[in-house]
Amino acid sequence: MNLEEKIENLRQQLEADLAIINTTADIGTLRVKYLGKKGLITDLTKDMATLSDEEKKKVGALANAFKGEVAGRIQVLEEMFKAKELEEKLKKDKIDPTLPGRTFKIGSKHPLTKVREEVESLFVSMGYDVVSGPEVEEDHYNFELLNLPKEHPARDAQDSFYITEELLLRSQTSPVQARTMLKNEKKEPIRIICPGKVYRRDADDATHSHQFGQIEGLVVGENISLADLKGTLDVFAKRLFGEERTIRFRPSYFPFTEPSYEVDISCFKCGGAGCNICKNTGWIEILGSGMVHPNVLNACGYDAKKYTGFAFGIGIERVAMLKYGISDIRDLYTNDVRFLETYDRVEGDK
Amino acid sequence: MKISRNFINDYITLPQEVSIHEIAEAMTKVGNEYESAGKLSSATNIVIGYVKECVDHPDSDHLHVCQVELANNEVRQIVCGAPNVRSGIKVMVALPGATLPGGIEIKKGVIRGQESNGMICSLGELGIESKYQSEEDKTGIHVLEDDAPLGMDALAYMNYDDEVIDFELTSNRSDLMSMLGMAYEMGAIYHLKVTEPQEEVENESGDAHDEISIHVETENCPVYLARVVKNVQIMPSPKWMQARLMASGVRPINNVVDISNYVMLEYGQPLHFFDGDRLGNEIHVRMAKDGEEFTTLDGQKRVLTHENIVIADKEQPVCLAGVMGGLNTEVEEDTKTVVIESAIFSPYCIRRTARSILRSEASSRFEKGLDPVRTYQAINRACYLLEKYAGATVIKGIVAHDTLSKEQKVISITKEKINRVLGTSLSMEEIVDVFERLAFATEVQDDTITVTVPTRRLDISIEEDLIEEVGRIHGIDMVQGTLPFSNKPGTYEGKYLKEKEIKARFEALGLSEITTYSLTSPEHLKEFTFDTFTPIEMRDPLSYDHKVMRYSLLPSLLQVADYNLSRMNKDFAFYEISDSYYLEDEVVKTKTFAAGILTGKVNENLWQHHEIDIDFYYVKGIIENLLSYLGLGNRYHFELGELPCEFHPYQSAVLMLDRDIIGYLGMVHPKISKVPLYVFEIDLDYIFDKQIRGIKDREISKYPSIQKDVAFILDEDLLASDIIKSMQKAGGKLLKTVEVFDLYHGEHVEQGKKSLAFRLTFQEMMRTLQEEEVMQIFNKIIQTIEKEYQAELRDK
Repeated sequence: MNLEEKIENLRQQLEADLAIINTTADIGTLRVKYLGKKGLITDLTKDMATLSDEEKKKVGALANAFKGEVAGRIQVLEEMFKAKELEEKLKKDKIDPTLPGRTFKIGSKHPLTKVREEVESLFVSMGYDVVSGPEVEEDHYNFELLNLPKEHPARDAQDSFYITEELLLRSQTSPVQARTMLKNEKKEPIRIICPGKVYRRDADDATHSHQFGQIEGLVVGENISLADLKGTLDVFAKRLFGEERTIRFRPSYFPFTEPSYEVDISCFKCGGAGCNICKNTGWIEILGSGMVHPNVLNACGYDAKKYTGFAFGIGIERVAMLKYGISDIRDLYTNDVRFLETYDRVEGDK
Repeated sequence: MKISRNFINDYITLPQEVSIHEIAEAMTKVGNEYESAGKLSSATNIVIGYVKECVDHPDSDHLHVCQVELANNEVRQIVCGAPNVRSGIKVMVALPGATLPGGIEIKKGVIRGQESNGMICSLGELGIESKYQSEEDKTGIHVLEDDAPLGMDALAYMNYDDEVIDFELTSNRSDLMSMLGMAYEMGAIYHLKVTEPQEEVENESGDAHDEISIHVETENCPVYLARVVKNVQIMPSPKWMQARLMASGVRPINNVVDISNYVMLEYGQPLHFFDGDRLGNEIHVRMAKDGEEFTTLDGQKRVLTHENIVIADKEQPVCLAGVMGGLNTEVEEDTKTVVIESAIFSPYCIRRTARSILRSEASSRFEKGLDPVRTYQAINRACYLLEKYAGATVIKGIVAHDTLSKEQKVISITKEKINRVLGTSLSMEEIVDVFERLAFATEVQDDTITVTVPTRRLDISIEEDLIEEVGRIHGIDMVQGTLPFSNKPGTYEGKYLKEKEIKARFEALGLSEITTYSLTSPEHLKEFTFDTFTPIEMRDPLSYDHKVMRYSLLPSLLQVADYNLSRMNKDFAFYEISDSYYLEDEVVKTKTFAAGILTGKVNENLWQHHEIDIDFYYVKGIIENLLSYLGLGNRYHFELGELPCEFHPYQSAVLMLDRDIIGYLGMVHPKISKVPLYVFEIDLDYIFDKQIRGIKDREISKYPSIQKDVAFILDEDLLASDIIKSMQKAGGKLLKTVEVFDLYHGEHVEQGKKSLAFRLTFQEMMRTLQEEEVMQIFNKIIQTIEKEYQAELRDK
């Protein structure tokens, strides 16, 4: 038999061997059988020493080519087996991805804080300072400096928790405005918001709370106008309730502002068509505001002839209840786990 | 404040095509909100009929079959169940096709075999509130006068064809508590001129000064006017007057009483009518004596104080001024002489009296202030009406005590100022137009407008009030919003920023924020604290549960825990940060506390059996993490110590920062809670006050570290923290960390002892440590612990 014939024989033998291989271990045996030092391919060339140089070259080339061919075949098969075995191994680690994942108890912000922080960051971005003040307040700051002398009838409307004749739980965060104005010795322009807890003698029910949160804003300067108030509250309404919102100013009365306005926003549920949220008016009352009363400016050391200002007050609970559809204000103070869990998420797109 | 459209139409003529809702909305736009607007009665197609015949229904023990005559001799059979239906009376009939309030539609029908072509109506069925109905009306149909014209629209006959708006007024607009004030306001909206009542008394005789004298003995009554009328005849007042009173929310009684209410509604000036014969001839206005007793005309005995103004005869009170008259001088069926009071009292006094004793239609007007001109107009108007509708003889003259100026306020303002404040660019003509619409006199010179404010507008006294009127009446819808110029960035208060950081960290550590009330009950006040303080107590609390300002937040948190546990919410971790207020040497002090309450399991996965039970060390870890995060990593430690009795005595610790106690943590004492609850409270003021250095990068050693483990058998009571401290001292600077990795009691460890295992890590910054030098230090550490603590080496 010449070399070509031998190779052809081996090739057929190889095909037969390959066909019966079952494991990667078989492949190792096969590799030794054909490609090992004493393997069948080495066998092909064992008579080479007797050949001429030219023949040696020819035989060597043929044998090497065949060797490459065999190695290739074995390798392909080996990879196939390895892949199969890996697959089997992985399959054993198969899981049910629909089983529940681990519960991560990350804490959540209280809805009142969510609203408060949203409002704060909006106003800080417009250059307002966030300022706080005492909840146990003097009558002087809570009322008198704010154009509410002792005999003023509007004191009736906000029945307060008095501690002594002169001391009470603040009924609004406006005393912080008075304190800020008085403290500013150079009488520089002021631009603040005052968030905090306030207290009124209201019996608790679905819509009243003896304690609630307020955010009041105050801007004082030499040329502050009602147009500035309108522009500011328009930004507020759009940021909090969506870009399509519009606002409406309704004249009203507050002792500390003149003129005074209640501000309504176009209903974010029905867009103005009328629904249960806006009581079919298309508008939702959202805050009180106005131009700071000259008596307040003067009492707090800002000459009302020179300075004007605007102020507004937002009820945090009211905004939260509107925004999230909370129907009972007491839910905000009961702190049921299931209630709080609802607020563990980002705000929706507006 | 309810207003009747018919009433208003006496003074201005509201365009008929404008609906009552449109009027209400227009009023809202100028600052007067309303509760409701609509018809006085929404019934339709009600006519006057005559019951010609009325027989009992053959198949019913209470129904009647009536033959009712309408216009043009038309007769209809109507079945009626009212007990007072009878032949020979005029009644109100709802014809088939009529609708009644509530959407009820009247149809032809057959009632127990008898044809019925309509319905005979009661006042209630027309939507008239029961408080306006007589006893007969309440139980049956309404019987009309014999001369009621057949076939006429019954609502028109009764003057019920009216429309009503119920306004919610702002407290400054006392002028709007009158129909005339409302007429001026609506006149300004619709450009209508107001015609005030012009009628005058026809015949006057005698002199009132001969009948009565006034003695005002208090400063709280600047105006007191009295007039006298005689020979009044008490009877029902005219239908139109009754209907207007009803539309305005006042119950008609008789002509004399109704006139006093009618004039009050018209002018906003409350009047009081005394029975002159019982009053005598002296009127004293004085402050009541403390404890003085007096029976108001509702029959209630009132005990007065020196803060109440009374009208009195020579001896005793006859009227609680501004609030309610007395039973002793009440106008009754047999009254002949009426003394009319028209006065102004101190709003402040009336408000206090009304609050402490009784609110009335009168007091609500007195306490907001009154127009000193209307005092006269109203008393004269009452005389005119009494002459006309009660046949009274009017005695000439007003007996008066009057200290008030009737001068109108004059205010000047420039166009520029109005425009500057409103952000508008109004012309002087537009500004003048506003005041003309309001019926204020104006005078313009160059850029300045001078406005004369009528006395009825007590709310207007300064320039800004005029600006408000321009804004109200002209409207500011066209004002383009702008943002005020700012040249500096917004900031947060330093303390507040730190508080935000703490909140965010608590949340990252798994605690959810809660909000609870600051007011609490006195019994909770001293819980969870040793601090001595004087609580801040409400003078007039709403309830015992909300009587004092809290100190520790933990009692509130405990309530939240109870609430949740009783609703099967078994796992939770809450925190709250809040300011507490208290007194110290009579000075108000405040503290900011952060408190937490935790129970149950966290990070669980039931089917994998993964769960962490919250325990002392879980809570401790939270506080350690927080304080390290706040840059206080090596400044705090935990100590055994005495804790408030609400804590478990053996599962709790004191939190120290530098040398101060800043808080407590531990399990709630099992006598308070059966469920294991873990709590902490930290006085954040200590944390706010600390200066924290900036973050500085730290070099990390490039060389390997060596770890050694060791376990000791120790006395049970020895503290791990003491052992670690000794190890660190003995280990020197090559000993980087000491970690506890095991605590063991039981087999091979004798009773009263414990085994604690430590992992020590050694490292050098500049080189690789040699095993021998580490062993040297390690052995020194072991010897130290053995010696200092009589410890026995367990494993090495």
